Amino acid sequence: MAAIDSQPAITPSGPPNSATPRREVIYRHRLWVRIAHWLNALCLLVLLMSGLQIFNAHSELYWGAQGFEISPKLLTMHAVRTASGHMLGLTTVFGHRVFTTGVFGLSMLRGHLVNRGFPAWITLPSWQDLATGRRWHFFFAWLFVLNGLGYGLWSLFSRHLSRDLIPTVADIRGIGRSIIDHILLRHPKGEAAKRYNVLQRLAYLIVMFVLLPLMVLTGMTMSPGLDAAFPQLLWVFDGRQSARTIHFCVAGLIVLFFVVHIVEVILAGPLNELRSMITGRYAVPPDHKADDPHG
Amino acid sequence: MADLISRRSALIGGVGAGGLLLSGCDQLSHSPSVKRVLDTAAVVNYRAQRLLLTDKGPLAPEFKPADIAPTFRVNGSAYPGTDDYKRLMDANFSTYRLVVEGLVHHPLSFSLDDLRKLPSRTQITRHDCVEGWSCIGQWTGVQLGLLLKAAGLAPGAAYVVFRCADDMGGGNLYYESVDLADAFHPQTILSYALNGQPLPVAHGAPIRLRVERQLGYKQAKYVMRLQVTDSFARIAGGKGGYWEDQGYAWYAGI
Repeated sequence: MAAIDSQPAITPSGPPNSATPRREVIYRHRLWVRIAHWLNALCLLVLLMSGLQIFNAHSELYWGAQGFEISPKLLTMHAVRTASGHMLGLTTVFGHRVFTTGVFGLSMLRGHLVNRGFPAWITLPSWQDLATGRRWHFFFAWLFVLNGLGYGLWSLFSRHLSRDLIPTVADIRGIGRSIIDHILLRHPKGEAAKRYNVLQRLAYLIVMFVLLPLMVLTGMTMSPGLDAAFPQLLWVFDGRQSARTIHFCVAGLIVLFFVVHIVEVILAGPLNELRSMITGRYAVPPDHKADDPHG
Repeated sequence: MADLISRRSALIGGVGAGGLLLSGCDQLSHSPSVKRVLDTAAVVNYRAQRLLLTDKGPLAPEFKPADIAPTFRVNGSAYPGTDDYKRLMDANFSTYRLVVEGLVHHPLSFSLDDLRKLPSRTQITRHDCVEGWSCIGQWTGVQLGLLLKAAGLAPGAAYVVFRCADDMGGGNLYYESVDLADAFHPQTILSYALNGQPLPVAHGAPIRLRVERQLGYKQAKYVMRLQVTDSFARIAGGKGGYWEDQGYAWYAGI
């Protein structure tokens, strides 16, 4: 917490003042990074919510080429009726039963309890409508892919990838220290705050170059047309139903990344971080040890 | 302290924005102009897949006999309750005639026996429902392209519409349509057998379309009539199929 409390309010950059040290403001995120970031955020939100709508059309997951009611199930979310006639939401994961009434399997929609996998507040549209869910999903899937390709190419040619994202040898050597810093919620200051730290680099690389492409490829594998064009996809993901399951799980990992990302933004100073992703300008947290030898 | 407040207001702002976004998206889902914009993706899906998938190929993946599901899952109608269909069924489909008409040089009509005597194709394929499940079965039937060649397509022919016997409510009979690339694809068959047995009523007896590079709702059951046309805009809801008229994409390769 000391790291957070020591941050002064955001001030515009100005000439150094020995009485009240002004914070240095740098241009941190270039325009294309900012545009791609927000477009990506929008796409992922719509894709998640419409994806859960699509999942709700058949709220079970399987492995292999095929899967339907009589197949072994990895995950199910259904409403069940008890002997006394009560309705309950039941989720099973690898056969383990968990009652999830109100959230998974059985939840409220416009004042009524309804049988659905994910609740109305997280699906797009909120009511059960597979056709409309697919409409949103495919439009934003194309936008997401175009944005991702544009960003990927730009990163490569502008050297954003090699300069800012790929960890240096020193980064890798210091990974243990970085892990400890993260656990202690110690955020980099001064010069160190001007660049992405090693865990940040690795997290971004894994999300952008592993998880997001996996989403596209497993999504493609669910298309019967693309399975004809690229049967290798079925080999890679062990069938259409496996691809559907992987698509669901990787979406979960992206949500996990999002949660950690937001927590880090809040811990590092939400307004400064948010501003840096909107205007590009980032106030560098002062390094008190460097400023003040007695500190 | 200022930071704490800003953090709290950022959180509250985030949650509020989320709520607004939710109700906003629901409003947008109803808007016809938003639908039109979103539907550009359906056109792009179709164009992109047509670059990859033609009447010549590639084939949808085919499976081994060991992969066939123990029971094939029923989708859509399981029994068309109309009087006309009941009479056909009572006669064990001996009075059934598949009619090929529309933009063809020679309108044709086939009995079930006629179709069985034509060269057949047997394929073990995966049926993918738009809802998300998949089921593998073996289908035997006559290639649609063979019948269309026999009838001879007239100029302007662009789609084959499948008129079916199942009443979806209020006298709306099921129908579907495909373009010529799918119509002439080698795996596009009018099937009369599932897993080596005559096609059961629950699976579309006597004839069910198999168009293997598309989703389940394109696999029209109880096919009675093939109508070759330049446009499906004047048929039923005008979107090319029963589910298409309910809002689903006409091209269902994805």
